[in-house]
Amino acid sequence: MSKLELRNLSKRYGATPVVDAVSLQLQRGELVTLLGPSGCGKTTTLRMIAGFIEPSDGTIVVDGAEISSPARSVSPEHRGMSMIFQSYAIWPNMTVAQNVGFGLRVRKTADAEIARRVAEMLDVVKLGALAQRYPAELSGGQQQRVALARAMIVRPEVLLLDEPLSNLDANLREEMATEIRRLHDQFHFTTVYVTHDQAEAMAISDRIAVLHQGRLEQIDTPWNLYNRPRTPFVAGFIGKTNLVEGELDGDRLRLDGLAAGFALPGGAAGGARLLASIRPQSLYLDAAPAGAVALGDVAVVGRTYLGEYWNYLVRPSGGGASLKVHAAPSTVLEIGQRSTIYVDPGAVAAIQ
Amino acid sequence: MPSVSKAAVLALPLARRTPHRLGDPAIWFFAVLIAVLLLLVANPILRLVWDSFHTAEGQWSLQSYAQALGRSRNLQALLNSLYLGAAVTALALLLGVPLALAVSRTNMPGRGFTHLSVLAAFVMPNFLGAIAWILLAGPNAGWLNRLVVELLGTAKGPFNIFSFWGLAFVIALYTYPLIYVFTKSALDLVSTELEDAASIHGAGKFQTMARVTLPLVLPSIVGAAILIFLEAIALYGTPALIAIPARINLATTQIVSFFQYPLQVERAAAFSMPILLLTIVLLMLQRRLLARRGYVSVSGKGGERRPFDIGLWKWLLLGYSVLVALLTVILPLAILILASLSKAWGRGLSLDNLTLANFHSIFFEQLTVRAAILNTVLYSGATALVCVGMGICVAYATQRRITPFPTFVQFMALAPVAVPGLILAIGLYAAYAGPPFSLYGMGVLIVIAFTTRFLPISVAASSAGVRALNPELEEAVRILGGGRLTVLTQVVAPLLKKTLVGAFILVFVICTKELSTAVFLTGPESRVVSVLTLDLSEQGNYETLAAMGVVLVVIVTIVVGIGMRLAGRDFMLRRS
Repeated sequence: MSKLELRNLSKRYGATPVVDAVSLQLQRGELVTLLGPSGCGKTTTLRMIAGFIEPSDGTIVVDGAEISSPARSVSPEHRGMSMIFQSYAIWPNMTVAQNVGFGLRVRKTADAEIARRVAEMLDVVKLGALAQRYPAELSGGQQQRVALARAMIVRPEVLLLDEPLSNLDANLREEMATEIRRLHDQFHFTTVYVTHDQAEAMAISDRIAVLHQGRLEQIDTPWNLYNRPRTPFVAGFIGKTNLVEGELDGDRLRLDGLAAGFALPGGAAGGARLLASIRPQSLYLDAAPAGAVALGDVAVVGRTYLGEYWNYLVRPSGGGASLKVHAAPSTVLEIGQRSTIYVDPGAVAAIQ
Repeated sequence: MPSVSKAAVLALPLARRTPHRLGDPAIWFFAVLIAVLLLLVANPILRLVWDSFHTAEGQWSLQSYAQALGRSRNLQALLNSLYLGAAVTALALLLGVPLALAVSRTNMPGRGFTHLSVLAAFVMPNFLGAIAWILLAGPNAGWLNRLVVELLGTAKGPFNIFSFWGLAFVIALYTYPLIYVFTKSALDLVSTELEDAASIHGAGKFQTMARVTLPLVLPSIVGAAILIFLEAIALYGTPALIAIPARINLATTQIVSFFQYPLQVERAAAFSMPILLLTIVLLMLQRRLLARRGYVSVSGKGGERRPFDIGLWKWLLLGYSVLVALLTVILPLAILILASLSKAWGRGLSLDNLTLANFHSIFFEQLTVRAAILNTVLYSGATALVCVGMGICVAYATQRRITPFPTFVQFMALAPVAVPGLILAIGLYAAYAGPPFSLYGMGVLIVIAFTTRFLPISVAASSAGVRALNPELEEAVRILGGGRLTVLTQVVAPLLKKTLVGAFILVFVICTKELSTAVFLTGPESRVVSVLTLDLSEQGNYETLAAMGVVLVVIVTIVVGIGMRLAGRDFMLRRS
């Protein structure tokens, strides 16, 4: 049985669906990220899981028991979850130790036990020396750790994180992302993480659920999401890509504007037309590694040198959409110059 | 479910721990709170309206209206009150607006002094100010008159406080702080750039003030003027002391006369209706005026504020400020202290007239006075405590929408603002003085009355505070297992400590000054200083009265001083 399940979960404000029939299942101990641009419904979904918002349709099920439905929702204080908020929400009128021990006090744990576990948890997040400080005396990163400690000490059924790193600077963000993953590996709480930063999501998640305009586009491991995107939005949102149309003949795909076709590994279902996602680093100009297939002639219409690679914009001689190609610094081509374009067939993803 | 501890509940697998909504103690707490609130507010007002339409025997009848409003004497009283309201408003504007301008926008020296003088005028009770001015400007024995007679050799002095304009003057002296607060709050938001723009176009200093600055804050000024008008027509203390000897019949003195033998509650209720309706209409108008804040600043934030250099005018303004301070605080306090130290105040200032006997008498001999002082402090403190406690709970329940119909509940909590104190007292008398409650003459009735009247202050202050809190702080408590009550007691109240202390002190001070609400409801055991003032004044016992007044002022000043230490210097003159 899955730990947390969302069944056709929807939320409407007026006529506008903010969350639209989202279904997903989390296994015990999994860290799943809800990823998407602003307004995609990820925070609303998280707050429905927490119990602050009631669904318009669908249900939320934890350990087989229904906790949210349009008819009745269990209030947040009875769900046994915990949450880390975007603003950390550390109570300024309590010390670090009092903040962290709050959940245990609510559960009427003995004072000695509270003191012991608070000290233990503060050591885990490396804040042991700051137990008697007040939040106003802490830096952003330290407040973040207090929030983490406070959320984890109660051993929640589900741990919820609402864009916890967005208020930190870039260096700290990387450090804290690693920290969160480390703590997850240590404690194995079932975790739902919300962010708009795809690099962050890729770094820490077991699986990522990409949301767009309230709908679940794809839920998959980071590797599959990047290399086997199933919708145009996912292909474009995770990393950069070229979305090209082509003709499918049996298992050979010929892209528009390019003469040669190639065998598409894994085949493709559907009719004669196909939309393919090809990453710029899987296309090659002039020289190509073994296994790459030549597709045809292109002309360079634009180029930018970025130090680690060239970013070329090329147009196929047979017409069709321009393609972005990332080439090695040694591949130098002038604007207007003609070249041959190669593709790595294994890196082509077919999109319905 | 309620018998299982929270800890045990949270340890159960989720499937078995979902309790029913009615098992949550927070729901019951807030339900009881709302019921109490409705009882407090709705009961007196509904009873008042009901009584106005029924005879003493309980039959439906309009005869109370006919008797109350049919006689020309009574209608004249209403008219006189309206004239008085207009006069007071004009005088209060004259006092408050220039001072607010001076302190907020100009480089007049002594702005701190002026601000303090306004605070002192606010803290000074209306009725004490009236007594002081009777001592100062009474036609025969008033010290100012005697000073003029001695200096100029005229037959008698020019001042007569027992007149229409004398009455308006005294009322305006102690209500003008409201104009000051509203005007200053609005002026503080006006950016200096607007005045600079006028200067660059060639406008002189006076022109800029008159044509740029003042018009921007006109809605706030008019809003405050409406409140002053309403307060003036609903006031009882000063009219009782000054208007009755002056034979000016006012609405409030007329209402009180209905309460003298024989008791005519129904007639008083009927007579109150026009005033109540007028109050409601004017308040609605005032709210609409103040809702249009777009006048003050387009961008929302105040912008830079530099003191506006007004050259030599600043000395004139300072002189004016000193004059106002003299009239409102310095002269009255001086005369009260002198009278309290006199054997017989009429004998004038001389060494053989000084004595401490009056103070000795009120503390050790005249038990009524000592009891009145103790009662005032006790009832004011109790009221402030209840108001603050109920206020934060009601504010939290309505701001976070815990109860059904939060807007209606908030309206009920703020409704007493629309009911003048005297009229509310009639309603409270009708509702609680007789059976089944029979609370007449008991201290509890005074506390109930004051709480009903002043709860809106506490609710408004707490609501503003709750609105400013980050909701995530409360959500963090709930997701960790704390219920609504835990949120309120462990996070919301501690974070709003300053607001709550400020509200406590404010309500306390206002209660010590309150007369209209208490006048029908006090009995021999529950007398308070304000009502006792009327009795002592009638007896002509000004020495004891002055001593009592001085003690009250000292107590209140100490409390305000503590409040300023705890809640910041500005808490009393901030607009909530």
